[in-house]
Amino acid sequence: MNIYKRRKIINAFMCSATFICATITLLPLISIFIYVLSKGASSLNISFFTHLPRPVGEPGGGMGNAILGTLTLIGLTCLWAIPVGVLSGVYLAEFGNNKFGAVVRFSADLLNGVPSIVIGIFAYILFVVPMKTFSALSGAFALGLIMIPTVMRTTEEILLLVPRTIREAALALGISQFRMTISIVLKTALPGIVTGILLAIARIAGETAPLLFTALGNEFWQRGIMQPIAAMPLQIFAYAISPFDDWHRQAWAASFVLITIIFLMNFISRLVIYLQRKSLKAK
Amino acid sequence: MEKVKVEGLNAYFSNIHALKGINISIKEKKVTAIIGPSGCGKSTFIRCINRLHEVVPHAKVSGRILFDGKDIYSSAIDPIEIRRRIGMVFQRPNPFPVLSIYDNVAAGLKLNGMKRKDDLDEIVEKTLKMAALWDEVKNKLNASGVSLSGGQQQRLCIARTLAVKPEVILFDEPCSALDPISTAKIEELIFQLKENYTIIIVTHNMQQAARVSDYTSFFLLGELVEFGKTQDIFTAPKDKRTEAYITGRFG
Repeated sequence: MNIYKRRKIINAFMCSATFICATITLLPLISIFIYVLSKGASSLNISFFTHLPRPVGEPGGGMGNAILGTLTLIGLTCLWAIPVGVLSGVYLAEFGNNKFGAVVRFSADLLNGVPSIVIGIFAYILFVVPMKTFSALSGAFALGLIMIPTVMRTTEEILLLVPRTIREAALALGISQFRMTISIVLKTALPGIVTGILLAIARIAGETAPLLFTALGNEFWQRGIMQPIAAMPLQIFAYAISPFDDWHRQAWAASFVLITIIFLMNFISRLVIYLQRKSLKAK
Repeated sequence: MEKVKVEGLNAYFSNIHALKGINISIKEKKVTAIIGPSGCGKSTFIRCINRLHEVVPHAKVSGRILFDGKDIYSSAIDPIEIRRRIGMVFQRPNPFPVLSIYDNVAAGLKLNGMKRKDDLDEIVEKTLKMAALWDEVKNKLNASGVSLSGGQQQRLCIARTLAVKPEVILFDEPCSALDPISTAKIEELIFQLKENYTIIIVTHNMQQAARVSDYTSFFLLGELVEFGKTQDIFTAPKDKRTEAYITGRFG
């Protein structure tokens, strides 16, 4: 066998190996989705979205409170995590070329690696213990700690992609650094930042551990942010470990809804990028 | 009348000494060309004049640049004001990609707080006409600035610079990324602009310097070798190095 033939065979083998590995990464997602769809879709109906859970044994009921609770938690989290995340990302990209910036960057990466259960306990000690109540607020605090590093680092990376020539053009027009950053650089980077935010939301939407010690969960409709609040991941957790078939079905349905929400988030974020690119080309 | 007087200017990038003791005086409403081989400090020099050099990390400047008799590096002077009065057109056309043609021209005014639509409309039209671009874009002012051709983009950048009403305009090799026809248009524009503006143009192209400028300075390795009337520099250079560069023996 000559050397060329051998190389060809090795080449073919290695190429197939990469393809097979790529397929392996695809399989879990597809199988999860199909499985959850087949188990959960059948239990979906209008009352699932609008009704409260029923006691054990009574058929019907829904997860309206958990769906609303998850949306509330996401909203509350975004309220503080997006400004903090985006602005700290701006700091890192525009002024963070120093020791402090390096420290912040490193801490953000570490925070990103802190197990979410630990973040939950931290929020419990900081909020729940002194306030003497589980609350939506403490849940939003815990989720924010998970969201901020992601938003911050994507914002920084996207801002650094804006070419220096664009910044210099703005400065050369006598535009202040603040206006340049807000009106030119952030605007240029906006689709990327929005994508980062949507992906971060998709991530926190499914978080369970940080909510166990903070939002706690709630069988009823929420009554303000200083009270315990229901959330889909919590409800799934509670129902899945219960011994009742009816609750299992509900848990599957909730999993399906949650996954769909996360898929939609991802899809929208990609759509945002696509539309932005298209509108720039078409003009 | 001298508009800009440079006295003992030194510029550094961390420990690289990019400009060494430059003294030059730029006449008002004339075109001064800066020629020299790559890396001789031409661009650095004009970036010192609008205080853009210091934006680069680890860049430093010493010496004085008098603009209408006032040192632009004195601590009482805000670089933002200097950049408004001394505009700059860059080597590669760099319109703001997310802004429309209209907003590109209006950016310098809008982002400095000018809001009246009528005034903005008037200035946008006037400066686009001055930049000889109005007829080509008047029907698509809302299109993206980057949808234009390279030469049009560069004229858009000139219009954008004119809109903030500078007194001096710095051109940093404005034609090096353009084809000969666009180049001719820009040169013609520079010729018209010198009636009202003081112009400093960095160029690699010696014919261009000869065509558009009244004065020429020759830079080499961060030093100003020779400065004089363009005619004199090109026909009777005093320095041997200038002569060698102009006749194409190096560079």
